Amino acid sequence: MISAFFIFNQKGEVLISRLYRTDFKRSIADVFRIQVVSNSDVRSPIITLGSTSFFHVRINNLYVVAVTKTNANAALVFEFCYRFIIICKSYFGKIDEESIKNNFVLIYELIDEINDFGYPQNSEIDTLKSYITTESVVSTVNAAEESSKITSQATGATSWRRGDVKYKKNEAFVDVIEVVNLSMSAKGNVLRADVDGHIQMRAYLSGTPECKFGLNDKLVIDNNEKGTTDAVELDDCRFHQCVRLNDFDATRTISFIPPDGEFELMRYRSTSNVKLPLKIMPTVTEIGTTQVQYVITAKTNFNNKLSATNVVLRIPTPLNTTTVDCKVANGKAKYVPGENVVVWKIPRIQGGQEVTLTATASLTSMTHRQVWARPPIDVDFQVLMFTASGLIVRFLKVFEKGNYQSVKWVRYLTKANGTYQIRF
Amino acid sequence: MAQAGQDAKFFQRGKIEEFRAELQAAETKDKKYVKRKIALKKIVANITMGNDMSPLFTDVVQCLGTPLLEIKKMVYLFLVSYGRSKPDQIHLVIPNFLQDCNDRNPLIRALAIRTMSYIPIPVVTEALSENLRHCLKDRDAYVRKTAAICVAKLYTADPRRAEKGGFVEMLRDLMLDSNATVIANAVAALSEIGDRQDGVIFKLNLTTANKLLAALGESSEWGQIYILDSLLRYVPEQHSDAQTMAERIIVQLQHANSAVVLTTIKVLLYLMNYMEDRRLIDYCCKKMGPPLVTLLSSGPEVQYVALRNILLIIQRRPAVLKNDVKVFFCKYNDPIYVKLAKLEIMYRLARAENAPEVLAELQEYASEVDLDFVRKAVRSIGRLAIKVEAAADSCIQALLNLIETKVSYVVQEAVIVIKDIFRRYPGKYEGIIPTLCENLDLLDEPESKAAMVWILGQFANRIDNADELLDDLLYTFLDESVEVQLALLTASVKLFIYKSKSDTAKDLVHKVLKWATEEVDNPDLRDRGFMYWRMLAINPAVAGEIVLAEKPAITTDSDRMDRGALDQLLLHTGTLGSIYHKNPETFIRNATGKALIDSPALNTHSRAALVPLTRAQLPPTAISIPGPGPSEPRPDTVEPTSLVPLDADPEHESTDADAEAETIDDAGSDDEEPTVRRRPHDSSDPYSNLDSAFGNYMADEPRPMTAGNHRGRHNDEDDLLF
Repeated sequence: MISAFFIFNQKGEVLISRLYRTDFKRSIADVFRIQVVSNSDVRSPIITLGSTSFFHVRINNLYVVAVTKTNANAALVFEFCYRFIIICKSYFGKIDEESIKNNFVLIYELIDEINDFGYPQNSEIDTLKSYITTESVVSTVNAAEESSKITSQATGATSWRRGDVKYKKNEAFVDVIEVVNLSMSAKGNVLRADVDGHIQMRAYLSGTPECKFGLNDKLVIDNNEKGTTDAVELDDCRFHQCVRLNDFDATRTISFIPPDGEFELMRYRSTSNVKLPLKIMPTVTEIGTTQVQYVITAKTNFNNKLSATNVVLRIPTPLNTTTVDCKVANGKAKYVPGENVVVWKIPRIQGGQEVTLTATASLTSMTHRQVWARPPIDVDFQVLMFTASGLIVRFLKVFEKGNYQSVKWVRYLTKANGTYQIRF
Repeated sequence: MAQAGQDAKFFQRGKIEEFRAELQAAETKDKKYVKRKIALKKIVANITMGNDMSPLFTDVVQCLGTPLLEIKKMVYLFLVSYGRSKPDQIHLVIPNFLQDCNDRNPLIRALAIRTMSYIPIPVVTEALSENLRHCLKDRDAYVRKTAAICVAKLYTADPRRAEKGGFVEMLRDLMLDSNATVIANAVAALSEIGDRQDGVIFKLNLTTANKLLAALGESSEWGQIYILDSLLRYVPEQHSDAQTMAERIIVQLQHANSAVVLTTIKVLLYLMNYMEDRRLIDYCCKKMGPPLVTLLSSGPEVQYVALRNILLIIQRRPAVLKNDVKVFFCKYNDPIYVKLAKLEIMYRLARAENAPEVLAELQEYASEVDLDFVRKAVRSIGRLAIKVEAAADSCIQALLNLIETKVSYVVQEAVIVIKDIFRRYPGKYEGIIPTLCENLDLLDEPESKAAMVWILGQFANRIDNADELLDDLLYTFLDESVEVQLALLTASVKLFIYKSKSDTAKDLVHKVLKWATEEVDNPDLRDRGFMYWRMLAINPAVAGEIVLAEKPAITTDSDRMDRGALDQLLLHTGTLGSIYHKNPETFIRNATGKALIDSPALNTHSRAALVPLTRAQLPPTAISIPGPGPSEPRPDTVEPTSLVPLDADPEHESTDADAEAETIDDAGSDDEEPTVRRRPHDSSDPYSNLDSAFGNYMADEPRPMTAGNHRGRHNDEDDLLF
């Protein structure tokens, strides 16, 4: 199990250092600094030296590091690091060197609580926030009773939810967010197209609400109403701790008592009938050794009431490019020499619309001519109220003793960030 | 929502005297203890920066008098950091600890025992023991779950005391607690103790295993992992027991936490060894595939863990991911470790039906920037040609296109694999030899040079100017690496046998034999030189038969690995061992190995392939616990001398075996390259074949670094405790 936990900044300075076991000294941090922080070519998130293994996750110029001397469960160690990052974001709004330094005492409290002797313990944010706070707590008789409530929640069957939640207006927001992975060959064939989706929920519901959630998931629909055609086939889904997996397995119903506030209800993956929101048609011609000509067309492929926003195309140029002359009717295009790309930003493209960039890159002559690797064009975008998988939320029912009315909102968002790649 | 802290300003190195003065000043007129809080924050920051704050021990301990929880926690953190180094002063805080152990607030009680158990010195352990006994039976589950872990800590600090005090039995009782969190922590603590070489034996019987399973639903995600993990300590006696258990846990594959998913897969793979129902086994395999693929949408680190595990799993259970090669195609911006791991899986999943797609991808990768990745991609193209006959033509064409790029490392990789392709498909592709010969100048690494020399020698009868080419290469004979020298020697002999009439060939072989036997110090090379010389002198015709004997065809059989070894390795699914594809006891000091345990339910194939634990368990020092599991017979004790010295660099041990395996006519074909250190291929190691899909190419293979690998350190520093 985890013997030590560290946070380093980019320079390799220790911002947090907690030894859970006596098999290491603090100086073990120096080894990590030498092996990873000052090593420009780190080729693995896990490094084992002798019997000692370092696991690290990089986030905003920080290294979150766990060290062990055992045959630790690697997935668990990384999940713990990820969870730590999520907790920090929730507590401090962000995680970076500044926020770590500003809250280091609180962080020590947190990591003493969420990990004991290297074994991750309850790390549900809602519960943690009820007793690990920045406010000064005085140990009194009152506190003892309060604490008993906390402890029974922290160890209880619904450790993610406090019992005494109250809202004037009971609301639940459901965001279906899909990330499209696309890899398109130079010939225009789809090499792979799939959707990583997750359903983010913000529940502001009083008491202990029992929720039931339904999608137009194929298995469910096949079982219930034969003949519906808009069913979506999900390859796999994974659920938040609160969802009763046995119920899902038996009847495909998603039933749960939600945590209070924001959480990720489920993740899913779909590979069939993926609707690609943007079609990119690149024509890239190398003219001799001195010029490359680009004609890049992007066409939206959805209802014209919708629109793609924040569209950014990164179009690679050869390493020996000197200048690029870009012409666009929509958005702005600029050559970024440091990254060897032309960045074309289009704030909005309406459904059914088509936009084109024409550009000419001038190259310096090189004595030693290298073949240009032609990295893929990368496209980022967002499309609201559209799901590439076709998934739709069919219902969200809330049952509670109080029998209150609740308002539910659903939003859909399909996006790509670094996952939509077109070769040319 | 907590308001943002403003503590960064305390993050400055300070002097002991300043802090002492600050703390003393705070003893008077410290409204709301603000001064003390600030001083302590500065001290904690300095501990973090590695500034030794231990001289402040008595001053810091004074602060325990304040009623602020925040201050208490900081003082406790100080004690956890320095308590061990102050055995003579620690008694000062014992009364505070004891008081807290009896506090009305369960959080305080838990905090006290948690902190005490972090300070493993006798005074504290003694005080802890008495209170721990109460806390293990505390009415508050939070205290009990903390106490459970404390037992593991106590056991680490003082195994005798923990056993004599009956704490292990109390832990066992906690496995039947009413609270799932307590159960999970008790299981975690027992597992930790059970994994120690001197620990007690921790096994589960069906009744207890079922009790634990019942707690699974109410456990936190981490608790689920501890419980699932412990199921490997249960040995099914009947097929139906294994099957029922598999059915019960299979729903956990849908859990959001990747460690829950991988641990569930580990248990399922384990249980499948004891199952009979083919349909259920197939169903389990089918259910495992999608969650494994879904792990690829986690963070890159978890993706990496998943990929390394997938590589193992599909070798044992190909049904898990039969038709999914596309999801393993690399994204341009994947981290390099993810790309390299995907590449191996792509090769594993390649079949005649998907070979064109896979090849197209590999060609794409061959033009990327990362050197290791490109090399591996090129090598994979060659391996694909060897594996899938239907794709061989297009793979060869792809390799020829790559050679045309004239990029040195690409060409070298291509030459290395083409040599193997020639052996796999004799008489089919030799037409491309002239193209290879045109690129002789680009080869500057031993492996590719040796491969090319082998080709020249083997096909000297088809290459008109073979003698000229060889002669050119021989200019630098004495400066070459042994690998190339051996290849040159054999090639010259082959040339001579093909063209015994030619004077050039005669001169050439004479020259090389003379060099090899007189100018070179390497005994292998000299011996081989003498042997060739004598063979040629005694009977050139027979020499020809020997040297040009028909070679066994290369197949990808070596991809198929020892099933028993794989079964054993899969018991470590999700752990470090699964990343390195090594059993933990082979690279981690004091790690316990795992092996399938025979029972009437173990299916015959698994039993036939069963690899027993090679490493002896040390005799348990004291009591073993009867129940709740069946009492176990002690394993036969073996003297610890049979242990492999863990510090020894395993790669050195293997050199002998490698040398023995070398055969004369094969110089430069499949030999281990002596200059670049590779994985051990010890013949006694059942895992030697495990990663052989890429031939000998292991430059990018993830592996633990042995002590010898980092410069100028002694072996005993593999502990990194300097």
